[in-house]
Amino acid sequence: MDALVTREVTKRYTNHTALDQVSITIPEQTIFGLLGPNGAGKTTLIRIINQIINKDEGEVLLFGEKLNPNHVGLIGYLPEERGLYKKLKVGEQLLYLARLKGLKRADALTRIKVWLEKFDIKDWANKKVEDLSKGMAQKVQFISTVMHEPRLIILDEPFSGFDPVNAKLITEEILDLKKKGCTIIFSTHRMETVEDLCDHIALINKSKKILEGSKKQVKDQFRNNTFSIDHKGFFSLNNGHYELLKQEAREDNHFNSLVKMKSVGSPNELLRDLIQLTEVNGFQEKIPTMSEIFITLVKGQSHE
Amino acid sequence: MNKIWLIIHREFLNRVHKKSFLVATILVPLIFPAIIALLVFVSKESEKNAQKEVIHYIDESGVFIPDSSKYIYKNFNGTLEDAKKAFLASDDFGLLYIPGFELSKPEGIMLYTKINPSLDDVGNLEGALAGRVKDLKMQRMNIDQKLLDSLKTNISIKTVKLSESGQEKSSNSAILFGIGMAGGILMYMFIFIYGAQIMQGIIEEKTSKVVEVIVSSVKPFQLMMGKIIGLASVGLLQFLIWIILMSTLTFGVLGYFGIDPPQQQAMQQMSGEMAAQQDMMNSEFMNGFNEVLQLPWMFIVSVFLFYFLGGYLIYGALFAAVGSAVDSPAEAQQFMFPITIPMLISYMSLFMFILKDPHGAVSVWLSIIPFTSPIAMMGRIGFGVPTWQLVLSMILLIGGFILTTWVAGRIYRVGILMSGTKVNYKVLTKWFMQRN
Repeated sequence: MDALVTREVTKRYTNHTALDQVSITIPEQTIFGLLGPNGAGKTTLIRIINQIINKDEGEVLLFGEKLNPNHVGLIGYLPEERGLYKKLKVGEQLLYLARLKGLKRADALTRIKVWLEKFDIKDWANKKVEDLSKGMAQKVQFISTVMHEPRLIILDEPFSGFDPVNAKLITEEILDLKKKGCTIIFSTHRMETVEDLCDHIALINKSKKILEGSKKQVKDQFRNNTFSIDHKGFFSLNNGHYELLKQEAREDNHFNSLVKMKSVGSPNELLRDLIQLTEVNGFQEKIPTMSEIFITLVKGQSHE
Repeated sequence: MNKIWLIIHREFLNRVHKKSFLVATILVPLIFPAIIALLVFVSKESEKNAQKEVIHYIDESGVFIPDSSKYIYKNFNGTLEDAKKAFLASDDFGLLYIPGFELSKPEGIMLYTKINPSLDDVGNLEGALAGRVKDLKMQRMNIDQKLLDSLKTNISIKTVKLSESGQEKSSNSAILFGIGMAGGILMYMFIFIYGAQIMQGIIEEKTSKVVEVIVSSVKPFQLMMGKIIGLASVGLLQFLIWIILMSTLTFGVLGYFGIDPPQQQAMQQMSGEMAAQQDMMNSEFMNGFNEVLQLPWMFIVSVFLFYFLGGYLIYGALFAAVGSAVDSPAEAQQFMFPITIPMLISYMSLFMFILKDPHGAVSVWLSIIPFTSPIAMMGRIGFGVPTWQLVLSMILLIGGFILTTWVAGRIYRVGILMSGTKVNYKVLTKWFMQRN
């Protein structure tokens, strides 16, 4: 079953359309990267999923059911702009947020204890949030997002504000949650995060979804039969089949060359041809990074 | 519904746990009577101990009879120039010069002082001279002094309110005036203080960004209502504590001074006999005190609570809308103005119309229109308000509350998610019209 399906979701404001017939499918127990430049409509979509605002048209299904107010407890949401009640103590704060998500008082208290111990911050329970450092507050906020054991977790730029140690801690926590069956939506600009963690992605630009699929599918789609070759000895290769895109000289007569296969063929053919021309030290297909795909698509659209 | 309750609970605890709440709740009922008592005490003492000012006078007309109750008069025999020199050399207050004049045309009277005299001083002297000239004129018309003296009468009217059931209740306009004023001012303060707290709370939630997490769990309208009701319950609690503390204090102090507070009900039943007894006692204070006790306190307090809740809810919703629209209290100022206007109008009318003429057209209408009725009605309530006016005013207040809450809710739901937007009335209208 899919965790979340949106069908042609549209949201209009007086002067602009924030979302234009956006359909995405998020399979259960995956980490889904929701990508797009600032102002593309990601936050609008996330707010619709969280039922903070209503869509104008379309349909949203959560675990196969039409989105309704009872779903609030199934979702955990970490907004990009973090915030907690400054004057409230950590323990009281977590209890309040958990109870708003529908947890019973006793259950909430037990879970708060477990999480505070897990993050090794038991001593903070009676501290006011305003006395915590930014990183500490982020941990508390993360706990508040996952404490009620949501099945769908939406994290908007989850790593901003974390030092590398805590970022690693949170990453492990996220992977652990996925293992336990959670579905996670990442909204982020950090392509290395997407590269490392996401299974599926969707790219939204100018209110429209322009790309969606598993990471592999997407990358396959953007392969352009370009190969990177480390070799010893100069060669030139420009004919009907191949195009030499770039050749960089390294030390000791070593080079690195980029060759594009014009006709569809197996990499073995290229390798065979190359061996006759030069001494091949390394041979690798150049698969585009998420960052490159992102930039290509978004830039391409803005030039239209 | 369950979630609204959680929010109410949280808001209530947040405020009640604050030290400022404890301090205000306990100190206000102590401080206000203490300040009033202190002021009364000081003014009595200073009146008692005040040295009378010395006024020199030259009376060329020969009509002036110095009355030593307010000033000490020193007659000066000599010219005005000499008198001025003597006066400047002294530490005394003033020099009064009365030239010879025709009774029909008293002119040329001068008061020389070293500092500007107060209106009271000038008035006192003018009164004394006018009285004297009047007496002389009367004498000239052959009305003798004895008759004149016997004409001077002190009258104080005792007002009695006759109810349809035939009960007579003595009513003292001064006391009703005081109650109207206190009720109106208290209402004004309560609505403003608690309204401003709602606004502040919402701005805090918005700027700390916690609001986005909260509205992913509850509807914005639930959050707004939870906050408003939560604070209302704090206000009610505070008010009830004040009432209890103040009445305990009052009776405690009375007990200490050995004055038995008579039972209110018994008083009403035998008000006839009581009236007779009151005359016997002939003590202004006891009269006043009994009249205060005779007032329908339960009724007045209930009406106050109703109008506090209604007025607070109307204005609270508006304050909430403003809080949701802005990013800082400073920015809120521009929207505070239209909210403050009806409050100020009713507050000023309280003194200009309502307390002076509680049954006049302006007073009646102000006490019926929802935005002004909380303060205006408190001003009128002691004087007796016809039932139909009270009922109409209450229904309109409830209607007004529903309307403002609806409007505020529509602005709030959009406003809390918008930060860094330049907000004006056009933007607010757009938010109001926007689909959810």
